[in-house]
Amino acid sequence: MRLETRFKWLPAPFLSLLLFFVWLLLNNSASAGHIVLAIVLAIGIPLVTSPFATKQPLIIKPGLAFRHLMLVLYDIITANVQVAVLILGPNKKLTPGFVKVPLDLTHSMPITILASTVSLTPGTVSAEVYPLRECIIEDNDLEQRFLLIHVLDLKDEQALINTIKQRYEAPLKEIFQC
Amino acid sequence: MLENVILIVYAMIGVSLLLNLWRLLVGPSIPDRILALDTMYINSIALIILYGMSMGTTLYFEAALLIAMLGFVSTVAVCKYLLRGDIIE
Amino acid sequence: MIELIISILLLIGGAFVLVGSIGLVKMPDFFMRLHGPTKATTLGMASLLIAAMIFFSTKQAGVSVNEILISLFLLLTAPISGYMMIKSAIHHKLDSIERTKGTENIEDDV
Repeated sequence: MRLETRFKWLPAPFLSLLLFFVWLLLNNSASAGHIVLAIVLAIGIPLVTSPFATKQPLIIKPGLAFRHLMLVLYDIITANVQVAVLILGPNKKLTPGFVKVPLDLTHSMPITILASTVSLTPGTVSAEVYPLRECIIEDNDLEQRFLLIHVLDLKDEQALINTIKQRYEAPLKEIFQC
Repeated sequence: MLENVILIVYAMIGVSLLLNLWRLLVGPSIPDRILALDTMYINSIALIILYGMSMGTTLYFEAALLIAMLGFVSTVAVCKYLLRGDIIE
Repeated sequence: MIELIISILLLIGGAFVLVGSIGLVKMPDFFMRLHGPTKATTLGMASLLIAAMIFFSTKQAGVSVNEILISLFLLLTAPISGYMMIKSAIHHKLDSIERTKGTENIEDDV
């Protein structure tokens, strides 16, 4: 896990990229003037705001992150069709349940991303991160963390935990190297 | 053809807004009502986008973006109020 | 041809939004109700906004891509608002239906 970038003038590369594209999308144009303005904003805003923000881990493998994003988008589409079928089917067949997934990730930022992907993908919604703490920033304490998720139709608890750990958590570990 | 499809989708969104309204009025607990309100925000964005399409203008895009942002912030604020009994501590 | 694609995307989007709201009304307890709006409605909105993007791109000169911004924003915020709502539901100790498995996994919060 790395917190500092190589260049001093670029404290958060992903935020800069996001700001660049959001500015161009908001104006709905790719003219030269707007590109220059977008570059100025994308470098200026992180420089001004980074002293206020806590340091977040950087994406170390951008290619893998892009592949993971595509996988998640594909999963969102297939999972939504499944959830639509479950919702339209009879209520009596559904067996909802709460499942505790043990986490290998330690930092709060990757845990947030994992919780969001779990909420969007299969018939699951993430509910809490245990142990309850105001902020999980320090990574030197080695307490085991759990993610509590609610499942719409729980068939096999262990298989679900394995799917989440292999399909969504392992790539995140690789991307952030932690 | 597109005009008729837009009318059908208007009807679908209208029905879902009515269902949300029913949950908002009946919903047994406060989180149920917040959930219904949040879904209503999202459905009204869909309604505005459809209206812009049938009028053939992109002017309504900014309105939809503003509703998306304010809806998210207000949902989080109300949930925070339920969790803590206070918005700003 | 393009009109056909726009129509299909619009119908898919409308159907998913409707399914989300049906789930909101039909399901027996709060935790199950949450699944409809957080997932089905978000995908329905993404599909509707892609249809709007194609529509405005063919209607005007030049492409119109700023509808992507709304779908991106909805995809980013839907899990967070869902998380806040389920957290407040757990805080208020809402009842889940009897056949829910693993309710002993919920810990009391302060």
